[in-house]
Formats: sequence, C-alpha cells, structure tokens
Amino acid sequence: MSEPIKVVPMPVRLEYTVTAGRTYSRYLHALAQKRIIGGRCPSCTKVYVPPRGSCPTCGVPTGEELALPHSATVTTFCVVNIPFGAMPFRPPYVVAALLLDGADLPILHLVRGIEADQVRMGLRVRAVWVPDGELAPTVESIRWFEPSGEPDAAYETYEAHL
Amino acid sequence: MNEVLSAGYVLEYTYTRSVGKVIGQFLANLRDGRISGVRTASGRVIVPPSEYDPETGEACDELVDVGNSGVVKTWAWVVEPRKRGPLQHPFAWALIQLDGADTGMLHAVDAGSIERMATGMRVKVRWAAERTGRIEDIACFEPEGA
Amino acid sequence: MRRRVAVVAFAQLPNVRRDTEREETELVLPVVNAALEQARLTRADLGFTCSGSSDYLLGRPFSFVSALDALAPWPPASESHVEMDGAWALYEAWVRLQCGDIDTALVYAYGKSSLGDLRDVLTQQLDPYYLAPLGPDSVSLAALQARALLDAGGCSERELAQIAARSRAAALDNPYAQVRKRCDVDQLLGEPYFVAPLRKHDCPPISDGACAVVLAAEPAALRCNDRPAFITGIDHRIEAHALGARDLTTSASTRLAAGHAGALEGTFDLAELHAPFTHQEIILRRALGLSAEVNVNPSGGALAANPMMVAGLARIGEAATRLSRGEGRRALAHATSGPCLQQNLVCVLEAS
Repeated sequence: MSEPIKVVPMPVRLEYTVTAGRTYSRYLHALAQKRIIGGRCPSCTKVYVPPRGSCPTCGVPTGEELALPHSATVTTFCVVNIPFGAMPFRPPYVVAALLLDGADLPILHLVRGIEADQVRMGLRVRAVWVPDGELAPTVESIRWFEPSGEPDAAYETYEAHL
Repeated sequence: MNEVLSAGYVLEYTYTRSVGKVIGQFLANLRDGRISGVRTASGRVIVPPSEYDPETGEACDELVDVGNSGVVKTWAWVVEPRKRGPLQHPFAWALIQLDGADTGMLHAVDAGSIERMATGMRVKVRWAAERTGRIEDIACFEPEGA
Repeated sequence: MRRRVAVVAFAQLPNVRRDTEREETELVLPVVNAALEQARLTRADLGFTCSGSSDYLLGRPFSFVSALDALAPWPPASESHVEMDGAWALYEAWVRLQCGDIDTALVYAYGKSSLGDLRDVLTQQLDPYYLAPLGPDSVSLAALQARALLDAGGCSERELAQIAARSRAAALDNPYAQVRKRCDVDQLLGEPYFVAPLRKHDCPPISDGACAVVLAAEPAALRCNDRPAFITGIDHRIEAHALGARDLTTSASTRLAAGHAGALEGTFDLAELHAPFTHQEIILRRALGLSAEVNVNPSGGALAANPMMVAGLARIGEAATRLSRGEGRRALAHATSGPCLQQNLVCVLEAS
C-alpha cells in the first residue's frame, strides 16, 4: 500500500462579463468627465454617492442626480499595515470613509499627501485626479484624496454619518 | 454617455484540498494503477469510494480493489466538447460499473463515434501517461477489445 | 397543528437571455415593489424576508448583500438568505411563519445566468475530488439521465419533443416567458443531437430573471388577497451525492416529499413542475403520480424560461397566481436543485 495522498491542488477558475447596471454606469461615465455625481432619494432627500438603484432606507430608486464638490471630510479611517496580494501602495497607507460635501453617505478612498499618523477625523481633503488624458469611466480616475489645507471640520458636521 | 458599462472579470481560487483517509488512499491507488472502491457493512462496493455508506451513514474505510474494466450503465454523447472536458474530440460521458463494483463511476469513454456506444458495452481504463494521484490519472475509458 | 399560510402575491421580471442593463438591486427592486403592492403591504408590515441566489452564478461572494438595498433595511430587517433556488427561501419563510409571532414574509430570488458560462458554473457544484476536475457539465449529466430513462423504456425521443413543443406553445400565453413559439414535433426530431440523446429543444434556455412572492398567514392572508392560495403541504428531500449510487430513472426524493406534502392524494387542476429538461417532466409526473388530465406547466415551465435560482420559486408563484385568478382549486408546485433532480421540493396549494 503506497503512501496515501494528503492534499490535491484543485483550482477553480470562472470567467464572467459583469454589468455595472444603469445607475452605476452613469456614475462611472461622470468620473470620466471629472464629475462626482450623487443621487437624491425622492422620499427621504438623502444624497448617495454613488447614486443607487434603490435608496437603502426607502426602497425607491434615487432619482435626481447632481454633481458634488470634490471636497470631503474624513469621518473614520484606517491605516493599512499588513501586506496582502495586490496592494496599491506599500504600507502603511490610509483608507478613509470620506463624506463629500453635500452627500449623506461616505465613500471609501485613499488619503495621501500626509503622513499616516497625521490623518485624523475631521481632516478636510479634496480629490486628486489622474491626468486628463487618462480619465476613463472607472473609480481609478480619482487617484486619491489629499489634504485641502482648510481647517478641520467640526465633529457635529459629520457625527451623524459615522 | 448612457451606455451601460460591462467588463470581463475572472474569479480564481487556488484551492488545495485535503482529501482525507479514504479519498487519499483511492487517489494513491490510482497513482499506482489500481482502482478501488469501499465496501459497506452490507457488502455493497461503492466506486469511487464514499467515506460514509449513503444508505446507513456508517463510516466506510475498507478499501477493496475493483477491476480496470466494466460495463457502461448509461452514457451521453458529447457532439461538441467543451474546453474543460477530458477530451477535445467527440466522446461519451458514462456511468461505468467496474467489475466487482455495485455502483457506476462517472468518466469519459473515447469510443470514436456515437455508433460505437451502447448501454451494456464493456470498457477498460486508459491510464494517463503520468499519474500523480488525481481522478485524471484515469485519462478516460475505451471500448474493451479496441 | 400547522398555521395556514398562503401565497398572496407573485411578481416577476420578463425572462430574457441576457439583461445587460441591470445589476442586483435594479433586478430585485421592481419585483419586490410589485409584489408588496399586490399584497397591499408596505415593507414595514413584513415580519421576515428570505432570498435565494447564488454567488457562483453572479461571480461574487456575498453578492446577495448588495441586493438588500431593494429591501430598504432601515430600521434593520429580519432577513435570511439561501444559496439555493428561491423555493427553498420560501420554505424557510414558511417555517418562520409557523412560529406564530409574525404574519407576513417576503421571498425573492434573482439570477443572471448570462454573466458567466452557466455550464462551467454548475460544474462547481459537483464532487470536487471525483467529478469537478473532469468537468462534466449540466447538460451532459442530464443526458446521462435521459439515456437511462430511454433504455428503461420509460419514454421515447418523440415524447420528449412533444413536451418541448407543448411547453413553448403554452408559453405563448405567458408574457414573462422567454421561449414562446409553436414547433412541429417532426421538425424538432430532425434536429441534430446536442448531447445525445438530448437535442437543443430538450434543454432549458439560459435566462436572466427575478421574482418575488409574499406569504401571509391566516387571517392576514385574506386582507392581502381576495383569493389566497393556501399552502396545505410543503416538504423537500435530497438524494445521495454520487450519481452512480442513485436510480436516475425515478425520483425517490420527489415521491417522498410529495407523500409528506399530501400531494399523493386527491386531484390537481394544474401542476407547475420545475423540469429544466424534457425527460425530467416524465420522471416527475411518474414520481408524483399525476394523471394525464392534469394541466402541466401552463406557464411553459423551465423549458420556456429557466432563470437559475428563480425558476423553482416561479413555479410556486405561477401555480398560486392561477388559483387566485380562479383557474383551479388545487395545484401542485415543484422545485428542483442539483444535478439530475438530486433535491426536490413539493408544495400543494389550495384556494377556495
């Protein structure tokens, strides 16, 4: 009786063609034009970035779409220290929940141009885009957010969005 | 601007599965050029081996050798093989009851043409050139006396 | 003593080969809204929600989480999910309603088979050691079962073609079905084999779709629907994993589930059977003991539209809707999962 087999590599590989859907596609097209758009729920009037096919509290599609400023407040954030697979940068680097001015839900994005241990809640930041020639319908059209130099936002301005 | 966007996307998992005692021994025996089954308490020989008797739930660990050839219990003719299959020309999938087994084992039969397939025909194993302890150590089956 | 629970609403999207425009929320929202409107309920009225979908089908782990926006889960909702056809989500909701503390539940299901290669995706459900590496696809496995049935004298290829033709012709009356046409049986038999003994017409279409069902317990059911279709029995059973250890020509699990659901007694005005392949309708009819008079798959069934994860729930919805419309008093609905009818759910519906 020969040595039993203990483990066998059994990789799984599946190929898909996925659609962004109507709503998210409009968001991506707008990014290619250096516009960040949000969708307003006709019922609760909250503005979501990206616009959503259904308001998560009302169950109706967000109707009106509006362009938002590129400035935002850091609400909460984390410092990534652990290396893994395809990282955009060498650690440590910061991923933050950014509340764009006029939006009711934060988006997640990178914060650079500041030491990781200097990032704080309330920090004011603005979007840094790829060069015009590289703009495309992708979230990567925004490279990251960096400090805008404004005074920190007061806690009351974002405490409801934590 | 109103075009709905789509993109290609690949999902890949590099699983390495631990196979356990029963399956591990079956695969090791394949590597050695032997096909095994497991004998249940009632004496039924199940190929390929299951770790538990599907009828009583009792653990099975008594591996027994079965023959390298057997009978086609049912079959299906693949007119246009898919990229992931065991063969890239038309072939049959079949449930093959090997000599000494009480259940059918699913594998491919390289019969050459649909006319050569028939329920009840005898087939024998064609071993892979290199065997490492995987179900593909059996490259396929072929008509006996081919 | 079981609580009487009824299907009081059913809404679905038109089934299509490829929906290139909608992602999860956009698929689910319209059917959930339509079903709630039919049931005269708001989201706030619901006691429980359960959904059915498959991450592998959609190419994303936890894909069902993104669809939750369609539920508007704020305040937080009591919600569950099965990586199964929505018929099993309905079973879970039915069980939940038996507890007696809530009266209504929403069940929804969605699936876009067009995103990946469906036959490759379904191969992933097979035994990972013995089968998946060889890559036998869903059509090939069904064909093995069809051959076994033909060999056993259980049917003829002509009968299979007749089922295909009847189903697609019936679908002409179903605006939500995908394959809707009249076919000539002899012409069908003249087509080449796809995976012998199955021809293309013996196989289901590949479909994208979504549907939602609302369940309500008595007496709430009577406020939601003037003629609710009450579930008088529901049960599901599963067979052994290894294909070679099963008798593929009969469906022991369907028969057992039917017995427990009370489906082997009495008569039915109609039956919606989830038979994606023509030969499977024959196996199911026999297992259920359905007489020739029963109107099988007036909707066209899975041969006319087969949105994965949805088609089983849709059978229950279609059967219930017809009863509520007065097209019968007693209906049988069936759902299946796994290769070659491995797992089967049987549901008996009755309306006054």
